[in-house]
Amino acid sequence: MQELAVPLNHVLLVSSLLFCIGMLGLMMRRNIIFILMSLEVMLNASALAFIAAGAHWGQPDGQIMFMLILSVAAAEVAVGLGLVLQVQRRFKTLDMDNANRMRG
Amino acid sequence: MLEVTLFYLASAVALVATILAMTRANAIHALIYLIVSLLAVAVIFFIIGAPFAAALEIVIYAGAIMVLFVFVIMMLNLGEEGDARERQWLQPRIWSGPAALSLVLLGELLYLMSTITGPASIGVVSAKTVGMALFGPYVLAVELASMLLLAGLVGSYHLGRRALEREG
Repeated sequence: MQELAVPLNHVLLVSSLLFCIGMLGLMMRRNIIFILMSLEVMLNASALAFIAAGAHWGQPDGQIMFMLILSVAAAEVAVGLGLVLQVQRRFKTLDMDNANRMRG
Repeated sequence: MLEVTLFYLASAVALVATILAMTRANAIHALIYLIVSLLAVAVIFFIIGAPFAAALEIVIYAGAIMVLFVFVIMMLNLGEEGDARERQWLQPRIWSGPAALSLVLLGELLYLMSTITGPASIGVVSAKTVGMALFGPYVLAVELASMLLLAGLVGSYHLGRRALEREG
């Protein structure tokens, strides 16, 4: 394949925009499901930065870091959604402000 | 030239879908926008020469992880009053502070990114190359990932089992 004209900083720009949108969602939402979705968006944005950096040098390392991020996201979502079920059962709401003490 | 157009199109779709996902009141609607965003990011991966990562993004992110979200939202059975409460929480006085902080960080990031030059991709990195590196120098990382996934499995089983037992 011949050299593409997409500049590296545009890919990183998209990645940082996605990261900031995810961080905004993380800070402004109180529903724990939306907080988990925002975490997914942020992880995905960092994965995009890794892939872009790997593709810039033509090395596979970026894609390997992407796979590690993928397994972190999968483990985090499994535990997080288990916690969602616990919060819903215990407080009858998904508002995280009700779950701000160490003991329910 | 086609790749460049496709890249900007996919980036626009990803950003718009993510913004919509973050501002929806209904969790299922937000989830579907998030899936669109992940598919658009997979297109970006494909364009910048990472086809294996694009396939994994679709299969694992947009497939497996999002299905987990759908199952949990269906189990919770939120209903209409949940939507009304979400809309009440999404007032400008709640999100203006976080938005200002995010904008400051975004400005810093954009300033730093603007100094980087060079092409995004110098060719396709094939799945074979990735596999050779994964089970060559990175084999310890594979073991660590498997331990992490095992810990996630045990943790989620523990949390979910107790939730179901006490309800029933």
